[in-house]
Formats: sequence, structure tokens, C-alpha cells
Amino acid sequence: MREISYADAGMEALLEEMERDPNTFHLSTDAPVPLVDKFGDSRVRGTPIAEGALTGMGIGAAGSGFRPIIDWRMITFSFVAMDQIVNQASKIHYMFGGQTKFPLLYRATVGGGVRMAAQHSQSPYSMFMNLAGLKMILPSTPYDAKGLLKTAIRDDNPVISFESTRLLTMLGQVPEEEYTIPLGIADIKREGKDVTIVALAWLVHESLAAAEILEKEGISAEVIDPRSLVPMDTETIRESVRKTGRLVVADEAGPTCGASAEITALVTEDEGTFKCLKSAIRRVCALQVPIPYSPTLEDAVFPDRNKIAEAARQVVGSN
Amino acid sequence: MVDMDISPQKQREMLKIMQKIRRFEERASDDYVAGDIYGTVHCYIGEEAVAVGVCSALNIDDQIISTHRGHGHCIAKGADLNRMMAELYGRETGYCKGKGGSMHIADFSIGMLGANGIVAGGISIITGAGLAAQLEGKGRVAVSFFGDGASGAGPFHESLNIAAAWKLPMIYVCENNLWAVNTSAKTALSIEDIGSKAAGYGMPGVIVDGNDIFAVYEAAHEAVSRARAGDGPTLIECKTYRHRRHTERPTQPDIRPQAEIDGWIQKDPIERLVRHLQKQQGQLSSEEWQKIDDEILQEIEESVNFAKASPFPSPDRATEDVFAE
Repeated sequence: MREISYADAGMEALLEEMERDPNTFHLSTDAPVPLVDKFGDSRVRGTPIAEGALTGMGIGAAGSGFRPIIDWRMITFSFVAMDQIVNQASKIHYMFGGQTKFPLLYRATVGGGVRMAAQHSQSPYSMFMNLAGLKMILPSTPYDAKGLLKTAIRDDNPVISFESTRLLTMLGQVPEEEYTIPLGIADIKREGKDVTIVALAWLVHESLAAAEILEKEGISAEVIDPRSLVPMDTETIRESVRKTGRLVVADEAGPTCGASAEITALVTEDEGTFKCLKSAIRRVCALQVPIPYSPTLEDAVFPDRNKIAEAARQVVGSN
Repeated sequence: MVDMDISPQKQREMLKIMQKIRRFEERASDDYVAGDIYGTVHCYIGEEAVAVGVCSALNIDDQIISTHRGHGHCIAKGADLNRMMAELYGRETGYCKGKGGSMHIADFSIGMLGANGIVAGGISIITGAGLAAQLEGKGRVAVSFFGDGASGAGPFHESLNIAAAWKLPMIYVCENNLWAVNTSAKTALSIEDIGSKAAGYGMPGVIVDGNDIFAVYEAAHEAVSRARAGDGPTLIECKTYRHRRHTERPTQPDIRPQAEIDGWIQKDPIERLVRHLQKQQGQLSSEEWQKIDDEILQEIEESVNFAKASPFPSPDRATEDVFAE
């Protein structure tokens, strides 16, 4: 099978879905050249730097029969649009009694590791998970990125696609044929029996690397990628924990009120799963600090395969 | 007032809709104070000529967006009084099935994209509807209603800039009622005429007496024609005034000078239109006007009866409609 990058897989999803549905259009502060070339500068618009307005305009166009794609580019820039995200997009379907649909995709890169310092290295998805009314995807491979984005564009709700900056150049197998991936279905990236590692985005790959290290030590790790945060595939995670009896959650965001905290709670508040736990759950997250610039500092802040492996050893009780 | 050759029939229709807004809100206020309506109620009384003047220049498939003070825009765009009142009463039959209340009434089927609890919150949403209208290419237009307070907020600037740059079929209607709650526009804004801000965005700016329905209608009509023709957006500033406090909450403070309030009540838009019609022989006798008002009061009474006869939503409905299926 051919290999393409995570970024190109995402662009393929947009090219295919915009071809498929003439009611889609694209707004971003820099118009992507492949989209402009194919669909013209009326449907693919480079905009003023006004993310608040773009975010709101997506809502209004979605409620008027269109299927907008708004690229915030970096999640950083979504924060200037918080009124439109929090007070409008997440609530508009509900507070108007479900009288019309708002099919709408927001895209943004997340995460650090590229020496961009505090503002441009954030992973704030739990801030959005805390709202009701937004779906969100967090793909970890080119295959997942394309399949999830295609589904997100077809969804009749506002969906946020969090796309890992570190993974943009990563190559992976993506079939030429049409496919989609449903939201709310986790992917077991590696099967194992001693410990479950639920990992998000870039840390899926670090967790797979950790599993390789652990295997040499006789520890069998199962790596689960939720792929979408809302809806969350709670049952696949619980089922795995009931099998292994141990859980490590790896997230590039800080631990406080993070997706990692949510996943931990989803496991422990289920009586049947809780009873299967053989040890305390461990979270491997970024330190709770703004992300620093200098390589020695940034690398110290983020989790990696060694920290994940060490957490797994601790829960298995082999260190 | 000069009626710009608007037919007497259309003038009477405008009058009826203005009076309907007024009577609806008087009743909503009473029922709110009585405890039958929850949360809060923001009355548009005194500003009716803006909503009715603008919406009289629109078609059913043109779209508008409103503010926290939204009943007038809903009624002017043709919303159903029963479903509005039922929404205020928190009933299952309301426009939002009891999930929205006064500040979130919408009716997408008539192009009313919602009241909004955030000042300036709707301006970019309706600008997106304007973009949709442009992409669709059928000549539809979109109207943003907002107040003087919103004209100092970011979404106003961002949206007007984009609409002008892209020649979107937009009409931005600023209802300058001189006060943002209890903050005077004199202290909050650097200039007196919000309409003059249009020049900074490269679009026409029109300043009208917002209590003169003919002036509002004429400005709206011209702006709509421009927008439909693909010539882009217009900013219309309507100088007007709310007769009531910011909300109907009995403890709501109101620091506005009484003389100022009294002066604007003298310029009441409904009375002005009534006087105008009565000056024209045979267009509106006192008896006819009384009859119109009685019919409106009856309609409002029926909406209250409809609301009271409607069930409250069952508690299990609270988890419905978070997402479209």
C-alpha cells in the first residue's frame, strides 16, 4: 500500500469531501493551495486574521444549509474565538431546541515538540470536552486522520479536529480507495495482556515504542488509541482494563482536568472495571507548566516512551 | 414623517406589527413579574420601528439575527406568537421546546437565526449566513441587528471588515438606544454617530431617525437593493431609545435621566405612525385603531392561553438535542 504523510492524508480528506459535497467550503487565514487550485477562490477563501468572525461565520453558514470547514491552523488561535465556540457553536443546536443542524468542521494543530514555546505548543482538548455539544477527533496516524476527517465533515454537528503538530510529516499507509472511520470507535493499536496503555495522538507512537521495550522485559502492553474524544469509546477502554487489570494513560496535555483524568474516571467509576484493577492507575502527562522553548526544558516537560515504560513497570509491579 | 409612497395598506400593516410587539412585551413583562415567565425579559418597547421598518423590506427567505432584546425582531420577521409565548413560559410547545427562553428564540424556517445572550455574539454568525447567501447566488440577503454596545466589540469590526472585503449581501443595523445597560454611549464610544464607522470599512453608512419607520424602511430598502445586486453591505444606524429599563427585573437599576426618557417617549414610533395615518383622510379612524388594538390584545391573550395549556417538557428531555442525530 502507498505511504503518505499525516498532513497529506488530511488534505486528501478535504479534497475528496469537497468534491463529494458542493455545499462544503473552506475558510482559513491562508488558503491551502491544493484546495484553491481545485475548487477556486470563492469556495476556498483566504481570510483576514479574524478567527472569532470565521468561527461564527461557520456557524451561520452551517445553519443556512452549508457544510463549512474552518481551519484555525493552530489551536492557539481558537482562543480568540472562544465566545463563538463556547457560547454559540457548542450550544446552538440545543438551545434552539434542535430545530436545525449545524454541520461544521474546525481544524487545528495541537501539541508541542517543535520548539514553539508556550503559546504554540498547547493541547487544550479537555477545555472543549468540558462543553456539551462539540464532537472532537484526535487522530494519531495518516490512515486515521483521513478516515476520521471524512467522517467529521459528513457529521451534522460541530466537530473539532485536533491534529498533532509532531505527526504532520509522519508517513503511513493510506489506501487509495474510499474509506471512512466512525467517530467513537477506539483502535487497539497493539494487543497485550499485562497492562493497558491508553494514549493520545503523538503518545500513541511513544506508547507503542514503550511496549516494545516492555516486551523485552516480559511485560505485555496493550495500546489503545481512543481516536475521538467526544464521543469517547468508553467500553473498549474498560474492556481492556478488565482484561489486563492495570491502566496507564499517556497524554501530551497537563494532567489537571485533562482527558487523562476523564479516562481514569471512566474506568474507576465503573464497578465491574474497578474490581478488576490490580494496582493504582498512573497518568503520564506533560508537567503542569506552560510549555518552555529551550530543548532541555521542553523535553523535560513532555512525556516520552521511557516515562511511559517506567509507569507501566510500576503498575505491573516489576520495578 | 414622509411616507415615501408606501401604500396606506402597508403602513397599516407596519403599525399592526409594531403594536403586536408592544402588546406582546407588555404582557411578557407582566407575566414575568407575576412569576409565570422565568429568568429575565428584555423589552424592545420604544424601538419597534427599527425591527418592523427593516423587516418590511425583506423577503421570507432573507435572514436576520437578533440580540438579547429579541422579541421585536422575531415578531417583525413573522414568528408565531403562540410558540414565542410558550417558549417564555418554558413549555414543550415553545420554539425551542423550552430549552431557550426569551434570549434564545429562533425560527430558522422564517430566516430568524436567533436571539443571543451575548452582546455582539450574533454579528459574525449572520455574516456567515450572508456568505452562504453569496455562495448560493439566489439574491438572498442577511441582516444583523445589534446595539450601540456591540459596536465597540470585536465581532463588529471583524465582521464588517470581512463583509465589505467580500461584498457580502449584508445589512448591519445598529439600534443605537444610547445606553448599554447603564453605560452611556457618550462615555463608551469615541464618536457620536456609529453609522460613520462605515467609512472605515469601505461601505455606505446611513444614519436615520430610528423612531421614524418610513426613514428606517427607506434606508433598509436601499441597502437591501444594494446587497441583492451584489454591491455589498451597508451599515444603518438607527437612533432610538428603549422606554423601559435594561430588563424587566423589578430591582434592575436605571440611571438614565427622567427628562431624557420622557423626551423620547414623546417621539414614540407607534404614536407617530398613528398620527401620520390619522392625518390622511380615511386611513385610520380612532375606531379602526381601537379595533386593531383589541384584535392584537386578543391574539396576545390567546398566545398566553396556548402557553398555559401546553405541558412543561418532561425532565428526561433535558438530555435530548445536545447533538443532531
